[in-house]
Amino acid sequence: MMKQPIDLQELTDRIMKELQERLPQRESVRQESPHSRESAVPAEAPFLEEAPSPMVPKPQSPEQLEEWCASTPARIGVWRAGTRPLTRAMLKFRCDHAAAVDSVYGEVKRETLEHFGLFSVDTQYGNIENYLKRPDMGRVLTDQGTEKLLAECRRNPQVQIVVSDGLSANAIERNLPDVYPALLDSLQANGLNSGTPFFVKGGRVAVMDHIGELLQPEVLVLLIGERPGLVSSASMSAYMCYRPRKGMMESNRTVLSNIHQGGTPPVEAGAHIGTLLRNMLEQQTSGVKLVI
Amino acid sequence: MNLKTTLLGHTYQFRDLKEIMAKANEEKAGDQLAGIAAENAKERMAAKWVLSELTLEQIRENPLLPPEQDEISRVIEEDLNKKIYAEIRHWSVAELREYLLSSTTGADEIRRVSRGLTSEMIAAVSKVMSNLDLIQAAAKIEVITHCNISIGQKGVLAGRAQPNHPADDVNGIRASLFEALSYGIGDAVIGINPVIDTADSVKAIMNMTKDVINRFQIPTQNCVLAHITTQMRAIRQGGHADLVFQSIAGTEAGNRAFGIDLALLEEADALAHSEGTGAGPNIWYFETGQGSELSGDAHYGMDQVTLEARCYGLARRFKPFIVNTVVGFIGPEYLYDGKQVTRAGLEDHFMGKLHQLPMGVDVCYTNHMKVDQNDMDNLAVLLGTAGVNFIIGVPMADDCMLNYQSTSYHDIATLRETLGLRPAPAFEKWLEKMGIMSGGRLTAAAGDATLFA
Repeated sequence: MMKQPIDLQELTDRIMKELQERLPQRESVRQESPHSRESAVPAEAPFLEEAPSPMVPKPQSPEQLEEWCASTPARIGVWRAGTRPLTRAMLKFRCDHAAAVDSVYGEVKRETLEHFGLFSVDTQYGNIENYLKRPDMGRVLTDQGTEKLLAECRRNPQVQIVVSDGLSANAIERNLPDVYPALLDSLQANGLNSGTPFFVKGGRVAVMDHIGELLQPEVLVLLIGERPGLVSSASMSAYMCYRPRKGMMESNRTVLSNIHQGGTPPVEAGAHIGTLLRNMLEQQTSGVKLVI
Repeated sequence: MNLKTTLLGHTYQFRDLKEIMAKANEEKAGDQLAGIAAENAKERMAAKWVLSELTLEQIRENPLLPPEQDEISRVIEEDLNKKIYAEIRHWSVAELREYLLSSTTGADEIRRVSRGLTSEMIAAVSKVMSNLDLIQAAAKIEVITHCNISIGQKGVLAGRAQPNHPADDVNGIRASLFEALSYGIGDAVIGINPVIDTADSVKAIMNMTKDVINRFQIPTQNCVLAHITTQMRAIRQGGHADLVFQSIAGTEAGNRAFGIDLALLEEADALAHSEGTGAGPNIWYFETGQGSELSGDAHYGMDQVTLEARCYGLARRFKPFIVNTVVGFIGPEYLYDGKQVTRAGLEDHFMGKLHQLPMGVDVCYTNHMKVDQNDMDNLAVLLGTAGVNFIIGVPMADDCMLNYQSTSYHDIATLRETLGLRPAPAFEKWLEKMGIMSGGRLTAAAGDATLFA
C-alpha cells in the first residue's frame, strides 16, 4: 500500500515496539476468536457469543483447521457455495461494514460532552460530505469557534487536552469514558497541569496547529476518532505535539493509535499518554526526535 | 497551440496545457481538492474538445514539469523511442484514440506505437476515452512477464495472495496463505504487507513464504512489501525474495516523500538481480495509486491522472513482473465514490497497459468512501473483461491488517468461472496435481486449507 514518508514510519515502528513491550496488545489479537471481529462491541453483541467454528464441512484435518482459524483474525475457514461465500459469512461482512459506515456518519452525543465538561467548537468543515472531501477545512476552526476558545480557555497551559470526532464519533463514545479519567489521573501522577478542555466537531489532526496558535500550550494532546475498520469501528488515536504551531511537520507529532477494546486498552492508553507528555516537556520536543 | 474553443454558445480560453489536462479529467475529488478541476460539466467538455485536437508533438513540446527540474520527467523523455515518435508526432489525441480502437490495430501495432508515446500523451488520450473505450483498448494488449513463472497471457487471470496479519504472526500468515492456495489463488505473487518494518521481521516472513513454496513446490514467487531499504537489508542478511517491492509516485518530490529516488531504485535493482531468488528477468513489483502526489504536496498543479501515468513512465524503465494500482486506498478526498473509483481503475489499467506494463488492480475502498462491496464486484468484472493481469485476494475481501476492503479469494475464483479465465498455466498444472482444480473449475476439495496440513 502507499507508504507514509519514512520518518513517520520510523516513528510508528518505535511506538509499536514500545507498545509491544508495555501492553499485552498482541496477545489480545491472538486470543480473539476468528469470527469475533467487532471487538469494539461490548458483550451484548450476538456474534461474540457464537464464535462459530470453521464452516468447512469435511476438512482433511479438523483440529488443524481450528488451530489455524485461531491464529489469525482474518476470515478464513469460511467455506463456499460454488465459488461464492456462504450467506452468513457474506452478511456478517456486510454487517461489519455497515457499523463502520455508520460510525463515519455518526455524531458524538451532547450528554457525553456535558458529562466530561467539554464545550464544543466547529471547524470549517460545513457538512460531512465536505468534511470527507476537504481535509484542509477540518484543520481550521470557524471564526465563531476561535472567539469562543479565546473567551473560555486558559492561555499558555502546560497541557491542552482536545477531543474530536474525526472519522469516528463512535470511537469517542466508546473510549472517552475510559481514556479521559485515566489521562487526568496520569497527568496528576506526572505532576502536570492542564488547561480548559473542549471538543472540536469536524476535526482533522492538523487542527492542533490552529489551536496551538490560539492558546499557546506547551504540549497538546488530541484524542480523535480514527478511520473505522471492520475489526473495529471505534478506534481512537491520541496525537501529541510539543508547542504545536502553524506549519508543523507531520513527523513532529507523536501518535498512540489503535486505542480500543481489543487494541491498545483505553485505560492503559490514558495512563501512557501522561508519561509521553512528560517526556515531551522534559526533552522539549515531540515526534521522531522524541526519545521514548 | 490552440487553447480556445466555443462550445454550446460559450467561448472557453485555457491558460496552458496543464489546465487543459486537469479540466479534461472526469470528475475526481482529488482534482477538486487541488483546485484544478473543471468548474462544471460544460467546461470539462470544452477541455476535452481542445485536448482532442492537440497533437502529440504539442504535448511533448510543452512539458508539464520540465526534465531539467524532475528526474521522472527525464526518465520519460530518455525512454521515448524518437524514431517511432517522429512517425506519429503529427497525430492529434483524437487520432491516437481512433488508432488504438481501430479494428486493424492489434496487440503488435499497439506495442510498437507505445514506444513512441510519453506518459503525458497516454494520460491525454485516456481523458478522451469512455469507460468502454478504456476496456476495449486495454483488452487488445497482452503483457506477459516472467519471474519464476509466466503470467499475463490472454485468458489468464492471476491472483495475489495477500494473507496479511495485524501482528505479523507467521503462523497466522501461513494459515491464511493455505486458505488462498486452496481457492487457487497465489499465482501472481504471495505478497505480505508487514506491520513491522524491520529487517529481521521482514526476513522471517520472506523465508516462511519461501519455505512454503519449496515444501509444496508451488510455481509462484514471494514478496514482502516493506520499504525497499528494509527489503534490501533483509536480503543482505539472508532473506529469500523472488520479487522486490516499492510504492512509487509520479514526481521526484513525490518519491522523496516515499523515501526513495531513482538512484535507490537502481541500487535495489542491482541487488535483486545479484542476490534475489527469482529466476527473472522481471523481478520488480511496483504499486501506485491516484492521489499520492497531492497527499505529499508534490503534484506541481498536475492532475492525478497525468501523475499516475508518470508513475508508469518510471515503472517501465525497470521492466517489472507486476504493477498494481491500489485504486481506492487513499481515501474520499481523492476518489469520493464508486463511480470515481471505477473510472480510476479503468484509467490506470489502460494507461499502464499502454506503457506495456503487467497491470494488476487492487480493487478496493476504505470505510469513509461512498463505496461498498457491490462496487468492487462491478469493477472486478469490468477489469476481468479488460484483461487485467491480476487482482488481489484477501480472506472475504477484508484485510485485517491494512483496515480496508479489497477482493476475496472467492471473488477471483468466481471471475475465473464466470468470465472463462484461468490461472497462470504453470500454476493451474500445480492446482490440478494438488486436486484443487480440474478442467479450469474448483474441485469439491477446494476451499479446505488443511489440504496443506
